[in-house]
Amino acid sequence: MTKIKTLADLERIKNEMRSDKDLNGSQDNSENAVKIKVGMGTSGIASGARDVMDFLIEALEKRNIEALVSQTGDMGYSYAEPTIEVRKPGQKPIVFGYVDVKKADLIIEKYIKLGEEVEGIIPVNYQTIDD
Amino acid sequence: MTNLGGNKMSRHKQIRIALNNCGVIDPENIREYIARDGYLALGKCLTEMKPDDIIREIKDSGLRGRGGGGFPAGLKWEIAAKNQADQKYVVCNADEGDPGAFMDRSILEGDPHAVIEAMAICGYSMGATKGLIYIRAEYPLAIKRLKIAIDQAREFGLLGKNIFKTDFEFDIELRYGAGAFVCGEETALIHSMEGLRGEPTIKPPYPAESGYLEKPTNVNNVETYANVPIILRKGANWFNKIGTEKSKGTKVFALAGKIKNVGLVEVPMGTTLREVIYEIGGGIENDKKFKAVQTGGPSGGCLTEKHLDTPIDFDNLVQAGSMMGSGGMIVMDEDNCMVSVAKFYLDFTVEESCGKCSPCRIGNKRLYELLDRITQGKGEMEDLKRLRNMSNVIKDTSLCGLGQTSPNPVLSTLDNFYDEYVAHVTDKKCPAGECKDLMTYFVIEENCVGCTACARVCPVGAITGEKKEVHYINPEICIKCGACEERCKFDAIIVK
Repeated sequence: MTKIKTLADLERIKNEMRSDKDLNGSQDNSENAVKIKVGMGTSGIASGARDVMDFLIEALEKRNIEALVSQTGDMGYSYAEPTIEVRKPGQKPIVFGYVDVKKADLIIEKYIKLGEEVEGIIPVNYQTIDD
Repeated sequence: MTNLGGNKMSRHKQIRIALNNCGVIDPENIREYIARDGYLALGKCLTEMKPDDIIREIKDSGLRGRGGGGFPAGLKWEIAAKNQADQKYVVCNADEGDPGAFMDRSILEGDPHAVIEAMAICGYSMGATKGLIYIRAEYPLAIKRLKIAIDQAREFGLLGKNIFKTDFEFDIELRYGAGAFVCGEETALIHSMEGLRGEPTIKPPYPAESGYLEKPTNVNNVETYANVPIILRKGANWFNKIGTEKSKGTKVFALAGKIKNVGLVEVPMGTTLREVIYEIGGGIENDKKFKAVQTGGPSGGCLTEKHLDTPIDFDNLVQAGSMMGSGGMIVMDEDNCMVSVAKFYLDFTVEESCGKCSPCRIGNKRLYELLDRITQGKGEMEDLKRLRNMSNVIKDTSLCGLGQTSPNPVLSTLDNFYDEYVAHVTDKKCPAGECKDLMTYFVIEENCVGCTACARVCPVGAITGEKKEVHYINPEICIKCGACEERCKFDAIIVK
């Protein structure tokens, strides 16, 4: 790993990440991949987020759906844990709550494959620093 | 440009600043942090700004300590910067201990690099090369992610020597707390890190003058640091447009208790309790009636219906008889007994008092005993005066913040729910129906068919009666477990 010495080095990593390389930074064209983030703070894990993440990784591969599944921190919706965010290519991300393995299966089959609505969507209720 | 100040133009009640990356990036991947402009503030500070400029920026932003006290962060940094020494320390207080609070844990688990970056910036501005994070051992996931983050920052050259090709060096170590509540007090925290007993000492000297190993030390809380990189990236003038006149920016709260949407929220200072509880929190669970909201943990107080439209900031909450604290917000409904709530917090304080000064060690214990007596129906009206007097003495004479604030839950419930105390003392009744000692189970004769189901389920044999005849509950034996009421199919047992 080359060390970061200048602001340009930061910019370079930022651009690399933008150009949709996978999480390890290796060349993997993932523009067409579904991106899923699983809320893995303590409360998420305690509610079963790890099982959901394992299931998603396995099921998406078995069903030949190009996807990147990664962990993230607490999304803040403790009442609806486990929570996942799904971003289909070219679409806005959607956060689902109360996601157990069964619900994750439903999200793959209905929302990801067919674009149909699945219950448990948590609407965005905050502004970001860039809004 | 969106106007972030005031709620008029904003689409949402929440703005995520401290939680900017939380639930967005993979906390175990530094590249994702960098992709969201992470370490840009550190880079700019080291290559384009002088330490004084940074301190001025933090001062101008109006950022106040998010751990509870609300001391201006920039001023703290400035004092630590002015004190000369061969070594100085930057400390992060991650000893989150209020019951029901998990703001700092979530930030560390979700965005550890923000804290690391802020500590390095603080080190540069005050002339310190060493950082210490005091984190409770009960937070294993936060510890794991912090360790990964620190290793990655070192690997990328963002911690260590010659950061951004400058002479500045900085590194961070973890120190583990054993979960003593008082160690969140900065002098006790420092003693604990030194390997001494976690006891507070009188200030001054303040840590900024003589802290860890008697060197100038800056102690800030996790959430305070999490704001710093964004303030420096977006500018003090961006930050200080959010919030109220004296409390700038946002505050993260852990919403808990009898509320529908339990979770983390981050709102601009000046948002009202009503907006947080009803609009963001979704209102009270099971559509019960709102009774009180506890803020500030064991140091805070209970606010009621009449405070719901109070804009939340450091000064308003104190004026209302509570405090900001670190951000725990526990909502209570009509079924919560306020004397029991006060007792719960006192129980916590008695357990957590370090025992060094007698007002806190003995006084809180006596307060607890008085409350216990009242919840058992053995209290007298005189006890209510005793509670108030003793609370004031403990507040005035305790050594540190723990004792100086521990009677707050008692005082605020006395102020706001005096009638409920009186009901316990004179009527020997608990209006909320929570104090078991004040409840009696009765058989309604007309409804009882003599099926004997209640007598069979009673674990202590308190219920007698012949088959097909009215049964009787002996109050002397009854332990008020409620099993009979649950079992009865004829609604023949009630509790009063």
